[in-house]
Amino acid sequence: MRGITPRIILAIVFVGFVVSPLMIKRFAARREVAKTKLDLQTALARHGFYLQEVSHAAGVDFVHQAPTLDPRLNHIMPQVASMGASVSIVDFDRDGWPDIYVTNSKEGSKNALYHNNHDGTFTDVAEKLGVADVNRPGYGVSMGAVWGDYDNDGYEDLLLIKWGKPELYHNDAGHGFTRVTDQVGLPPWINANTALWFDYDGDGLLDFFIGGYYSEDVDLWHLASTKMMPDSFEYAKNGGRKYLFHNLGNGKFEEVSAQVGINSRRWALASAAADLRGTGHPDLFIANDYGVSELYFNDGKRFHEVGEQTGVGFAPKSGMNASFGDILNQGRYAVYVSNISEEGVLIQGNNLWVPKEGTTGDTLQFENLARDFGVEIGGWSFGAQFGDLNNDGTLDLYLTNGYVSLDHDKSYWYDFSKIAGGHSLIINDAKNWPAMEGRSLSGYQSKHVWLNDGSGKFVDVAQAVGVTDTYDGRAVALVDLWNRGVLDVVVANQRGPLLIYKNTVTPENQWIEFELEGTSSNRSAIGAQVTLFWNGQHQVQEVSGGAGFASQNQRRLHFGLGKFPQVEKAVIRWPSGKTQTIDKPTPGQLHAIKEPA
Amino acid sequence: MSQPAASIAIPPTQQFSWKRFFSPDNRYLAPAFITCILLAGHLSFGILESYKKTGLAIIASLVTELILGRIFTGKWPNIASAYITGISVGILVRSPAFWPYVICSIVSIMSKYVLRLKGRHIWNPSNFGISVLLFLAPETVATLSIQWGNYLLPMIVIWCLGSVIVWRVRRFHITATYVTCFIAFAFLRSYITGSPWQSEIAPLTGPMYQLFIFFMITDPKTTVRSKFWQCVVAALIALVEMILRLDQVVYAPFYALFLVGPIAFLIGMWFDSRKAVPLRATA
Repeated sequence: MRGITPRIILAIVFVGFVVSPLMIKRFAARREVAKTKLDLQTALARHGFYLQEVSHAAGVDFVHQAPTLDPRLNHIMPQVASMGASVSIVDFDRDGWPDIYVTNSKEGSKNALYHNNHDGTFTDVAEKLGVADVNRPGYGVSMGAVWGDYDNDGYEDLLLIKWGKPELYHNDAGHGFTRVTDQVGLPPWINANTALWFDYDGDGLLDFFIGGYYSEDVDLWHLASTKMMPDSFEYAKNGGRKYLFHNLGNGKFEEVSAQVGINSRRWALASAAADLRGTGHPDLFIANDYGVSELYFNDGKRFHEVGEQTGVGFAPKSGMNASFGDILNQGRYAVYVSNISEEGVLIQGNNLWVPKEGTTGDTLQFENLARDFGVEIGGWSFGAQFGDLNNDGTLDLYLTNGYVSLDHDKSYWYDFSKIAGGHSLIINDAKNWPAMEGRSLSGYQSKHVWLNDGSGKFVDVAQAVGVTDTYDGRAVALVDLWNRGVLDVVVANQRGPLLIYKNTVTPENQWIEFELEGTSSNRSAIGAQVTLFWNGQHQVQEVSGGAGFASQNQRRLHFGLGKFPQVEKAVIRWPSGKTQTIDKPTPGQLHAIKEPA
Repeated sequence: MSQPAASIAIPPTQQFSWKRFFSPDNRYLAPAFITCILLAGHLSFGILESYKKTGLAIIASLVTELILGRIFTGKWPNIASAYITGISVGILVRSPAFWPYVICSIVSIMSKYVLRLKGRHIWNPSNFGISVLLFLAPETVATLSIQWGNYLLPMIVIWCLGSVIVWRVRRFHITATYVTCFIAFAFLRSYITGSPWQSEIAPLTGPMYQLFIFFMITDPKTTVRSKFWQCVVAALIALVEMILRLDQVVYAPFYALFLVGPIAFLIGMWFDSRKAVPLRATA
């Protein structure tokens, strides 16, 4: 076709396509809620809840401190020593009020166990009870903690993971803790960032999993070699090994990971376990940094890695979180994995792995719907948790983020992207990494609180509901801190304060909670599932022994019910396989339920 | 990207021979090579987020080429070049969304038909498309920065095969000049910034650069004619890239080619017109 007219039309269409990214951006922005902070009443009216940071008023003035590692890492110290802030919820003295355990990571620093005073305040009792002074030079520093009653005496015991020697503390009826590490036979050194309790073989005794990050032969304070960094940014397999400790029932554990099929040297940062296939056995999800995620189907005796088969282990990213949630009230879990997104440099996008229609059991497959659901871009994302923050009957998502906040105006991203694209011989050696020189790396990031509309869309309301901090967030735990029927949020920040966001929820929206105690199952009831049926819908939740990033939510299960709920029943499936049905449980109450004999 | 050289396709009735396959006249050599890279990378390391995105990029590229070629030349165009553009977009663009793959391919191919001078397109198509997207949609789009495992063997294979191919299509001098200059400038940058020289060399060892040096800067339609000036242009691209890198521009190579390529092309045309020597026809 000749002539000027077609050329002009072509040029106009071309310009349209060139500027189309700007139009798409504008259209996408319209979907976002206004970034302005709302007052309590407006937020309540508009979103049904409001979060107020109350840590100081609650007597919690904990500030995380980072470790100082081998001097040969000085030039990149802020990014290497960038983890260790963790939070886990436990009612260690069984007084019916949740307490908070937080880790510190500077050599010689103290961890804290905040005992709930029932009056809105907390008192640190870690020192008194013997779980504070755990970061002594030579023994490594804390990276996380998870609680589980391994001897079924009714009191939650403490598993502490470190870049260093892992520790197990027996809870002495809430009056103190006894270090039992040596009796248990834990390894002398693991550079671990994730651990969880679960009863993988259904014998009624809690076992535990620990995922290594750096290789266990690396002492980060006394490096034998600076070649200890990942050998690839996306395919690294030179990380720490994985451990599965099988509970033998006499206060001893046996390490069985290789025996049961868990052989991996990927760089694990997060793990979570839940029964994804309805087999009665908890499956294990591991989010790995510098590589693909791993999903292990558990047949009760052995684990089978099915990451690629199920779709979650195909595209390598920088996994930093693993949490489960029945986000569509369908009785099936989606998995949320956080990754890195930095405008103009690296857009990995977070993953929301939703079960594919028509796939169940061993044929289970997932598809990543993070973009469709609106929970994809979260900056340098770390810990995230699902929970019904406004009690409207659907699970919302709280995500914290931010990697290294130093100089506001200088970014390390250019140098980071340069080295990350290099060959393994270059990237693997810390001495080849350019010096950070006080520059930030995805620092000062705004957090995300995504509100679920129940039909597959999440809207970010963080700023509007009062989440305005920009610390380098790591761990998030959801807990009804003051037994009010709402989920409060506790956030552990790297080199930053522990934040307690007290939740105020519109009273119109109702709730129900379940506190489970196993008898033939493990007493912590970790792995027990509650499916709640109300108003023609149902939602499943499972008691967790650790999920998210370096965190553990409260063990009790919290369901929002929305307005005017007609609760039909709650079906409890215990780890022992027993099923129990509670007919018409009353909303607005915590139901304490013991496993029937 | 478009193919490093193109003239006459091998008649399909002829018997296959490796010599002919590696002939500079084989316009399917580059598409075959880039397809091998894609398949090897994906099957061994899962480099693609999904087949769908790469498929979308290729289809969008082919369809755009077919439509525009038919409308503006009156005949069905050869799609080898569009295939390379599509597959390059599929590999180099990294985005969780689908639309960037479509838009980038369409913009890349359209640029060949819109941004033209004296019958020749000014920009390397995929370089134009990717640069536009990186500039206008940084919140959604990045490029390939780390793939195929950072392991040595795949890198050596790609370097060897790529070198053989660009040598056979008589473009090796461009690649060699650029790589030599990049290394020299890397040491200079290291001296200026104090960064370890290994970190300055590092990008060159990644797969993005392998595609860049074998397919983008060797694009015959956007470089000047003489061998000497082609080397000068390659050196200039490396120089501009160094300047951009000193300013910490992450996508320095794309922007350097985006800036230098058309300028060199225009200057080359100007020189040619002054000498009244007709440009060598390219397919």
